[in-house]
Amino acid sequence: MSLDTAKVRSIAELARIEVADDQLPHLAGELSKILTFVAQLAEVDTDGVQPMTSVAAMTLAMRDDVVTDGGYPDKILANAPEAAEGFFTVPKVVE
Amino acid sequence: MAYLLPGDSGDWEVVIGLEVHAQVVSNAKLFSGAATLFGAEPNTQVSFVDAGMPGMLPVINSVCVEQAVRTGLGLKAAINLTSVFARKNYFYADLPQGYQISQYELPIVGNGTLTIDLPDGSSKAIGIERLHLEQDAGKSMHDQHPTKSYIDLNRSGVALMEIVSKPEMSSPEEAGLYVTKLRSIMRYLGSCDGNMQEGSLRCDANVSVRPKGATELRTRCEIKNVNSIRFVQQAIEYEARRHIEVYESGGTIGQETRLFDSAKGVTRSMRSKEHAHDYRYFPDPDLLPLVLDPAMVERIKAALPELPDEKKERFVRDYGLSTYDAGVLVADKASADFFETVAKGRDSKMASNWVTGDFFGALNATGRTVEDPPVSAADLGAMLDLITDGTLSGRLAKDVFALMVETGKPPAVLVAEKGLKQVTDTGAIDAAIQAVFAANPDKVAEVKAGKDKLIGWFVGQVMKSTGGKANPAMLNELLAKKFKE
Amino acid sequence: MSALTDLSIAEAAARLAKGEFTAVDLTRAHLARMDAGRRLNAFITETPDLALAQAAESDARRAKGQAGTLEGIPLGIKDLFCTEGVQTTAASRILEGFTPQYESTVTANLKKAGAVFLGKLNLDEFAMGSSNTTSAFGPVENPWKRKSDPAAKLVPGGSSGGSAAAVAARMAMGATGTDTGGSIRQPAAFCGITGIKPTYGRCSRWGIVAFASSLDQAGPMARTVEDCAVLLSAMAGHDPKDSTSAPMPVPDFARALSGDIRGLKVGIPVEYRPQGLSDEVAKVWDLGVEWLKDAGATPVEISLPTTRHALPTYYIIAPAECSSNLARYDGLRFGRRVEGKTLDDMYRKTRAAGFGREVRRRILIGTYVLSAGYYDAYYAKAQKVRRLIADDFAAAFQKVDVILTPTAPTPAFAIGENTDDPVTMWLNDVFTIPTSLAGLPGLSLPAGLSADGLPLGLQLIGRPFDEETVFRVAGVMEKAAAFTARPQEV
Repeated sequence: MSLDTAKVRSIAELARIEVADDQLPHLAGELSKILTFVAQLAEVDTDGVQPMTSVAAMTLAMRDDVVTDGGYPDKILANAPEAAEGFFTVPKVVE
Repeated sequence: MAYLLPGDSGDWEVVIGLEVHAQVVSNAKLFSGAATLFGAEPNTQVSFVDAGMPGMLPVINSVCVEQAVRTGLGLKAAINLTSVFARKNYFYADLPQGYQISQYELPIVGNGTLTIDLPDGSSKAIGIERLHLEQDAGKSMHDQHPTKSYIDLNRSGVALMEIVSKPEMSSPEEAGLYVTKLRSIMRYLGSCDGNMQEGSLRCDANVSVRPKGATELRTRCEIKNVNSIRFVQQAIEYEARRHIEVYESGGTIGQETRLFDSAKGVTRSMRSKEHAHDYRYFPDPDLLPLVLDPAMVERIKAALPELPDEKKERFVRDYGLSTYDAGVLVADKASADFFETVAKGRDSKMASNWVTGDFFGALNATGRTVEDPPVSAADLGAMLDLITDGTLSGRLAKDVFALMVETGKPPAVLVAEKGLKQVTDTGAIDAAIQAVFAANPDKVAEVKAGKDKLIGWFVGQVMKSTGGKANPAMLNELLAKKFKE
Repeated sequence: MSALTDLSIAEAAARLAKGEFTAVDLTRAHLARMDAGRRLNAFITETPDLALAQAAESDARRAKGQAGTLEGIPLGIKDLFCTEGVQTTAASRILEGFTPQYESTVTANLKKAGAVFLGKLNLDEFAMGSSNTTSAFGPVENPWKRKSDPAAKLVPGGSSGGSAAAVAARMAMGATGTDTGGSIRQPAAFCGITGIKPTYGRCSRWGIVAFASSLDQAGPMARTVEDCAVLLSAMAGHDPKDSTSAPMPVPDFARALSGDIRGLKVGIPVEYRPQGLSDEVAKVWDLGVEWLKDAGATPVEISLPTTRHALPTYYIIAPAECSSNLARYDGLRFGRRVEGKTLDDMYRKTRAAGFGREVRRRILIGTYVLSAGYYDAYYAKAQKVRRLIADDFAAAFQKVDVILTPTAPTPAFAIGENTDDPVTMWLNDVFTIPTSLAGLPGLSLPAGLSADGLPLGLQLIGRPFDEETVFRVAGVMEKAAAFTARPQEV
């Protein structure tokens, strides 16, 4: 499975990671190698096999509808790189 | 009669599907124990889970699950005993985890139906495609600062039900009726409070058009986050016309996501959604499949309240109301309950008229609600009794009602205080007529000579002189007799 | 002083109870070892003042008769566990300075048991790696040296390289690790110590920086099987805050060390002896089989046919899950932010500056395999192959009670070797990955030394939630191996 630099650029964009143009070819090479390696799974016969969605053979436990959390805005904002008036702040988004 | 938009080349049909996001009524959030109340100080209803902190994990809230089942049952839909939560991956400032926990291939609720009642009295069944549970995002505010957007995560993680209709609506009116009915059903069930101003209910409208009679579906555009029924209708109409204009000028419609600018009444493309999102859905590995106990579903089904459609049928059948009147009363459960209290043991048509007329009018005028009314159902009923037993004429009752709204006092007290009992004593009425006749001999002569339209004037004068209390029927009878003398 | 740091946890606990020394003494001894061994770079954050304060509190508790199972025992904590008030980095620039306002469930459990925390241990960035060379805070050095080339710096294995090195170098009596594809077992083997990845769901994942949610498991690393058993009993337990946490009671695992494995059937999978398996590794495996036979167990040849597809399966599932789990590292609410002109610009720059190359590779692979058009061929397919792998083990466990394999295909290699090709590096985990995919408990213990004087480990794999049998067999093998060798450093 071979990826070209355009494809790598679009994947990097989906993942919001900036990749310098000069790094793209090498990265494309690495990723292509990895994809070739994992693509060997195609030869495994999995007809009728159910995907494994969880290792634990349990069902989803539910919790009661009681307020047990929240109410500590200082802790929530404690690690914020930037905050103002109780809000997180980011570069302005234009819709 | 079908809704058609005229174009240069002929008429066009509109094809509409709605995706409604309804905030679930619950104390805590879908996957965290933080509170869900509206209007709290920023970031005060946020747990570490809601903030997407490293190492945090979701745990599902049982009431949110029940509310989704309840709503599905209210929409006569199939409940999927096994459903799966999937991650919808994208980046945005109000999405702390960088993904929304939603449901994709296996939602909790499948196909259902919602019936809308059209003004001409007919009904139309609109198909429901599915209902699934998902997390709401936080709120980003862009007007607080010149160069920064402010993020509040209070709403992040609140449970939403996304209800997807089939593309079976064909006019802005039908879309409006659909949302109204859906809102009503959820309010009956108590699963969503339907408060669109607070954002408890938001609509995305999918709109496309096609030439009248065509069967294939053309490209649709999605108008996101419309927060009033009126705007939904306006947005759909604008968008449909936009599509027609594009097609008729030889262009094509590309699939896009748009916003409705309610100030200008137009839709416009969302800049942030230029390329189609690849959400890379996959089952959330932090959550196991949700498996519902059939007994739980049965329990919810057995405890469902009577829903609007059933209640309407019962009102028509048991109270003899018209479909239209019944429809007005059941739109809101509190109104329907109010009506039934008033109508119990009384003339249901009279009760219906007073509730839908003067009472609803008073609610509008005072800005009060059925849940917190200016006049109680008991008091309104008591007033109707006073009409039935002849104490009040219909006209006097209106005065009494107005006083009840103003003072909150029961009718009997007001009648006693203001001496508003109607006058049914023929002698008294006669005397009043005599007095008016005596004061206006020329007019009496004119009536006797054939000027019938002056009779109304006499009625008014006598009524005025009795302080409005003369029994109208008696007054008319005695006046007619008097003119014949 | 050095004698204190040579003790096992069990020995130290007994002597603390007798009052032979105090928790403060014990902690001081380990802090001195940390000073002496700083060159190994096993720690990202050392917390000596906190440790001494905790040790003093521990002595006070003991005086009141309130001693827990790990009272006063100094441990190192892999810097993937969020520790309240103490920087937690996941060995990444993107979390530099992040100070959690909450404590992970596993470390809270250890605190409740009375343990003392010496600091946060180095690891491969976001737990992705098998050599601890991808940490943003520099590689960790294995305290073991090659006889033939003592100057060469060797890797401790990964991702829990700092944990393994610290325990092997006697800087900590035990450490927490996490294991997603072998990250406890392989470094334990490379550093000549014992480590166990318990059954998936045995330990809570709440508060552990997530890498691959369906694979991550916390586990103990220590110098003896008994110590790992004591640590696991304290760490494990159902956590209602983790939906994948198993509602299973936690046995006193140390009680499983009866020494009696007569009649037990031990599976020897043919697929784990491929062409080209190193002679040394094959030899120590055979030796392990002999020990078990001597103890009354019966080796049974088994086949796990889907084994050869485990690596590609893992390298689709783990990157896919990590690409989504690491989306939250965006500079908005915590961690390092690189300013941008727009929100997306901020994301792109922050993540480019914050993530190392291995992490970036895995995120991009993960993003690709989940993207439109590829999901069925890769992710959905891998989840099906995963089930086949799990079924292989389930079938084998109809015939055997435990499975014995080598832990790693080679002993520790030098820092800088094997780095060019990501796939070659991944082959380090070939024996440990299948166990992770199946969610089974897997333990590694040191079985011998290579010709060049480096530790070689053997792995025991058990049935789901049957850590007791794994511990029991490991205890017998430990006795037979009589591994007393120490790293040259120590």
